[in-house]
Amino acid sequence: MARAFGETDALTDLTLTISTGEFVAFLGPSGSGKSTALNCLAGLLTLTDGSISLDERRIDHLPPERRGFAMVFQNYALFPHMSVRRNVEFGLQMQRVPRAKIVGRVDDALKLVKLEHHAQKYPAQLSGGEQQRVAIARAIATEPPLVLMDEPLSNLDAQLRLEMRTEIRRLHQELELTTVYVTHDQQEAMSLADRMVILRSGRVQQIGTPEEIYASPSTSFVASFMGYRNIFPARVARQQDGRVTVSADGVELTGIAAQGHPTDDVIVAVRPEDVRIVRGTDPPDDNRVDLEVEVVEYGGREYTVGAVSSAGLLFHLLTDQPLTVGERISVAIPVERVRVYPAATSDVAAGEAEH
Amino acid sequence: MALDATAGGGPRRPPLTRRLAERGVDWTLLLLLPALVFAVGLFVYPMLYGLRLSLDPLEGSTFANYRRFFGDSFYRDTIWFTLRLAVPALLINVLLALPLAYRMRYAARGRRLVTIILIFPLTLGSVLLGKGLLNFLSGTGWLNRTLISLGIVDVPVQLIHNYLGVLIAVVIADFPFVFLLLLSYASGIDPTYERAAAVFGASAWQRFRLITLPLLAPGLAITASLAFVLGFGIFPSAILLGQPDGATRTMGVAAYSEAFQQFDFPMATTIALLMAAIELVVIVFVLTLRARLAPTVSSGIKG
Repeated sequence: MARAFGETDALTDLTLTISTGEFVAFLGPSGSGKSTALNCLAGLLTLTDGSISLDERRIDHLPPERRGFAMVFQNYALFPHMSVRRNVEFGLQMQRVPRAKIVGRVDDALKLVKLEHHAQKYPAQLSGGEQQRVAIARAIATEPPLVLMDEPLSNLDAQLRLEMRTEIRRLHQELELTTVYVTHDQQEAMSLADRMVILRSGRVQQIGTPEEIYASPSTSFVASFMGYRNIFPARVARQQDGRVTVSADGVELTGIAAQGHPTDDVIVAVRPEDVRIVRGTDPPDDNRVDLEVEVVEYGGREYTVGAVSSAGLLFHLLTDQPLTVGERISVAIPVERVRVYPAATSDVAAGEAEH
Repeated sequence: MALDATAGGGPRRPPLTRRLAERGVDWTLLLLLPALVFAVGLFVYPMLYGLRLSLDPLEGSTFANYRRFFGDSFYRDTIWFTLRLAVPALLINVLLALPLAYRMRYAARGRRLVTIILIFPLTLGSVLLGKGLLNFLSGTGWLNRTLISLGIVDVPVQLIHNYLGVLIAVVIADFPFVFLLLLSYASGIDPTYERAAAVFGASAWQRFRLITLPLLAPGLAITASLAFVLGFGIFPSAILLGQPDGATRTMGVAAYSEAFQQFDFPMATTIALLMAAIELVVIVFVLTLRARLAPTVSSGIKG
């Protein structure tokens, strides 16, 4: 699948087979092509190259109304001049489902999203969360072969977003509707998806289960997106048995090469959770770094600490100990948790990781 | 510095200015003053003055002018002559402009060009437009010469100094107005609604019929009302291109001849007031109709 806007390739070489009942999340920052991919699937954008097939049948030449899919939009896109009930039955009416059947299926869909008492209301009379639930009911009422969701939770406030996330997961488990979900929120994608597609500048970075991607991101960009907050350039010092020892600003770290054999310039990625404060002796195999505490943020269950090495290399780490600014600490980082990526493809990623 | 935020000691009422401000009454209301003076001085006063004038006929009792208007077909028929022009012109313009505005609602490039082309006749004014049409539509004008040379007709079609000429003039003069209004209403509708309808299986016609048209209804009603008022006030082209003493003796023409040919100002004012009354009736009718047909569209534009 590919889509270009004029000279710009918004999406290149996305190849993906989604099996029935699967929940696939497209994850990426804005401009990564995830929405483009979704709109191509919906038929709202035409492909400039490639094809889309549904059960062996080519559908990429069909207009959206003849694909039989359903979609949940970011701004809900509920028809403002129709009641909740008429919104939900819209797709069924278009499919010429008999009147008697429509009533039952709309009732079921509204019950699933717990809005059966709001059927006669108009969208403007509902809260944001309720509107989004109507949008979901509208999407599931037709029992479509594919449900498309375009950042459906991004207009909701934090607490409601969590609630709706659980709701969407529950509905998916109950109905087993094949779903493609677009989001820029890594947490959302991980908690919902069976499989994730990480996109960047229209190119696929990695496809895999949330567990796979979380544990072994294939590029430093994916790593930065998956919570590896400590990302910095380094130079290879020596390699041995798949282990790479690098040095950055005078700090030596040994880690695992994530992609082939790294040469000279590399990017190192470490998750804050994997940086542990140690006192005295610990497993001698771990990397040991001496740091000075610079920033302490209280986060409820634990503190997020920013600490610098003597040469000024900043590490983010999590700890349950209340540290004070200026305190000297010693940290250990397990070798298998230090991921080393080639620098060539990842200069930008290091910059983006600062967000 | 200490900030004391103790809750007030008992149910003391806040000062009057504060209570008024909470209801939207404060000094910024003074900004309305110029508009108020303007409206009273140039609209309310002349209206009341005209009403008094119309009830003070040159001869006869208080309501003599109104009785004369409705009793004499010479006056009464002007209502029919005017409606016969304004209503078809309005319908033709809306039917022509609606598909075009719908087609162009999200067009970025062609839009400016079309807007400029359409605004041009608006700037000409109706007299110049009427004069131009007089040449264009006359027996020896371009249109008839083209039709004859193409063999479509044998003798020139009579398009001026009759009903048809005036109708053409009104349609041409008001079309840009109707189109631009509808275009702005149509492009104010969030395109996501139609995209959603498409994904859920609605064909292009169903999307227009079930989504765009109902959402456009309020704008359509306003446009139709304004276009009607424009057409109802028809005057210069009714004289230039029509038969001001016959088939196109509109209420505007009648009022003019009463005032400046018969010098019967009270009668002229009576006609003008009746024009306003009829326009009001039609507008109320259109807006009621729209409320009946699409009752709940309140947030259609930018939902």
